[in-house]
Amino acid sequence: MIFAVLLPLLFACFIPFLSRFKDKVHTGIFTFFIPFIIFIYFIRFIGNSFEPIRHTYRWIPSLNINFDFYLDGLSLLFVLLISGIGALVVLYSIYYLSKSERLGHFYVFLLMFMAAMLGVVLSDNVFVLYTFWELTSISSFLLIGYWHFKERSRYGAQKSLLLTVFGGLSMFGGLTLLTVITGTTSIQAMISQSDVILQSNYLPLILIFILLGAFTKSAQFPFHIWLPDAMEAPTPVSAYLHSATMVKAGLFLVARFSPIFSSYEWFFIIVSLVGIVTLCWGSYMAVRQTDLKAILAFSTISQLGMIMAMLGFGTKIAVFAAVFHILNHATFKGSLFMVAGIVDHETGTRDIRKLGGLLTFMPMTATLALFGTFSMAGIPLPFLNGFYSKELFFESTLNLSNATSTFANGLVTIIPYLAVFGSIFTFAYSMYFLFGVFAGPKQLDQLPKKPHEAPLGMLISPIVLVLGVILIGIMPNSVNGSFLAHAAHSINSQFQSQSVAFWHGLSTPFIMSLIVIGVGTLIYVTRDKWANIYQLIPGTRSVNNIYNKGVSGMDTFPHKLTNTYMSGSLKHYMTYIILAIVIGTSTIMFLTNGFSINFSDLADITIIEMVVVLVILIGAVATIFANNNLAIILITGIVGYGVSILFVIYRAPDLALTQLVIETVSVALFLLCFYHLPQLRKRDEKLGSKTLNVIIAISIGSLMTLIGISAHSTNWYESISEYFIEKSLPVGGGKNIVNVILVDMRGLDTLFEITVLGIAGLAIFSLIKLRKNKEAE
Amino acid sequence: MEIIILILSGALISIAVYNLLQKQLLRIIIGTVLISHGAHLFILTMGKLKRGQPPVLKETVTSYTDPLPQALILTSIVISFGITSLLLVLSYRTANENKTDNMDQLRGKSNE
Repeated sequence: MIFAVLLPLLFACFIPFLSRFKDKVHTGIFTFFIPFIIFIYFIRFIGNSFEPIRHTYRWIPSLNINFDFYLDGLSLLFVLLISGIGALVVLYSIYYLSKSERLGHFYVFLLMFMAAMLGVVLSDNVFVLYTFWELTSISSFLLIGYWHFKERSRYGAQKSLLLTVFGGLSMFGGLTLLTVITGTTSIQAMISQSDVILQSNYLPLILIFILLGAFTKSAQFPFHIWLPDAMEAPTPVSAYLHSATMVKAGLFLVARFSPIFSSYEWFFIIVSLVGIVTLCWGSYMAVRQTDLKAILAFSTISQLGMIMAMLGFGTKIAVFAAVFHILNHATFKGSLFMVAGIVDHETGTRDIRKLGGLLTFMPMTATLALFGTFSMAGIPLPFLNGFYSKELFFESTLNLSNATSTFANGLVTIIPYLAVFGSIFTFAYSMYFLFGVFAGPKQLDQLPKKPHEAPLGMLISPIVLVLGVILIGIMPNSVNGSFLAHAAHSINSQFQSQSVAFWHGLSTPFIMSLIVIGVGTLIYVTRDKWANIYQLIPGTRSVNNIYNKGVSGMDTFPHKLTNTYMSGSLKHYMTYIILAIVIGTSTIMFLTNGFSINFSDLADITIIEMVVVLVILIGAVATIFANNNLAIILITGIVGYGVSILFVIYRAPDLALTQLVIETVSVALFLLCFYHLPQLRKRDEKLGSKTLNVIIAISIGSLMTLIGISAHSTNWYESISEYFIEKSLPVGGGKNIVNVILVDMRGLDTLFEITVLGIAGLAIFSLIKLRKNKEAE
Repeated sequence: MEIIILILSGALISIAVYNLLQKQLLRIIIGTVLISHGAHLFILTMGKLKRGQPPVLKETVTSYTDPLPQALILTSIVISFGITSLLLVLSYRTANENKTDNMDQLRGKSNE
């Protein structure tokens, strides 16, 4: 089984080589065989006697992270969708993408997604699941941004990544908590310990974390906003990732974990409520769209909401209806996406306002669209699979009685009404899609291209899908016991079997269907009259606005914040640094009672020293008041010579010598430069900033003095100097101890010192040299 | 005497920081020069002053001045000289190119 998951990734390595011949052979032709082989491999598991299979491959056993593949009914359903729809989508893309596109990139991304998605649905190990989960987000991001030169593509890609990875991280938190509580990383083992989880204090947190992951991935309200923008991807991608497979990963996650949470009432409340709201909102918004793919995107959102709601119900019939609808939705929505792609490809536009009357030009496409939309609308015809699952959905909304709290009871009461409300709009947009494109007046002058029927190759994939719609519609029980029942059983272990029939009397669900069709037709016919309601709801208040403001805010707020203190002024930076030193150090000194003074053990004071000290002090103060370049340089020189005299007095002959030399060179250098530097001016500062400067300067100076006195007055550690005095001759072989320390004992420091000096020299040289070159020009 | 030198060192650092907070390039350079003088005196005092002979080994001498601060300061003197000369050339170029030595006018462009 691991080979099936890794096969797309392995093959992706060869794509770059194969895409070199793309002028002769379309890369998609090679790629087609990969999902096809996987499909053939897995389809043999279908059967009444199917039992779950587990394969384990060790990866990081010490962390309990292994490739733990677990194939049960639910995984099988998804694996077949991923490989089956995947094969059809690749086939379709051969005709959709011309050979001038970057085919290599496209198929590598697509195969990467395929492997990741297979990994998600097959992994039993939560961390491996999470890894594959994020990989699907990344490949979706790459595919949405495939036409990266379009601004909308980049926007859509970023949006989907931000939202789904946000959800993924939150899910990671939930999975980690689950692992900590149960002590296992296997989902099946967690399910067997569900009573431990249900008694945990972290239960609400776990539920919210995991559901956030599922809701963002499956585009549930209010996280649905990324899906319409994801439609910027090439149409095969929309049909595959953003309708049939990836967006259903959230449903898969909820289904996978529902054996753990189903008895927890908040699971029912949150999942059902979010699902049903998404159903209504998605279908309501779909009617208003003008882009064909946007209609389908909102339609997908609403259908996902419907399945999510059914998973929230958790009853046997609801669970069965959910898996049934997952399959049905993949067939009819996949074909409709391909129809939209064909229309776009052959007419050059997806704007429904410009399209119309295409039936005469594209009869085949129109027929495919007819089956797809009628199935989606749930029209009661015995050869449309959409009707069955919609009918089961209605039935499941009527059989919710396991609620205990008042809130849940209220929800149970209104759910059937909301279900009908959402389905009415589903019906309306299905008709809008079908008749808006293929019926009505022709507007050929509006179309960028002269429309004609699509090539046969492009039609094969939607034809296969529509055949699926019809076959399941005619024989709904053919996929039932051998396939869907296993999937439903993995979600709700009490589920045994559910027979599906087209006609079971004039029951309430059937009446609900009739109401949907009646009111839906009315709404579709009169849609122009009440279109203004969209100005009221949602009007300008949309989740998109919040998202956009949030994203731009994340950009501008830190920018503004940084700009308030990163003023570009050296003075400000110095102020921050010195204030931080003064406040931090003095606080710690004060708290630890670090200040101390001790007058014993001091050297005597002689007159000559005092004279030198005074000279230095006067010179230093004079630098503040000097307003002449020459004067300030000479004064600084005096200070430096003063310091070297102090070195002589304090028995540091090497220092004194070095200081004298350096001071002389420095003054010479200053004098060389001063001619070119602008003349010093009087400081024209405001009194406020002047006072602040004085305070800062005096505080750092006094702090340094206090630290020095405290350090001098205490004697906590033995000095290490004795070592150098003793070892200088035997180890270093020199009598001048300072020199031995520098060139021998701490030789590496000196080497670095030389390096610093060398770099400074190079910098100075280049600064001078650059100028010369410029002047030469 | 140590305390007096430490006060001198503190005063030098104060004056140096005050110079660093000014707007003109030359004053800032002078500030860096003074701050290193202050730091050198500070380090020197940490090894006590006027104890023993200069740290050059002789048969007759038994007590030497602490050589460690001297080694540190020696390194520091050389490095601060490097910094000073680099700053000088840099400020000379800056003032030449931009026709100003006022730090307030040398803030660069926004978004840089």
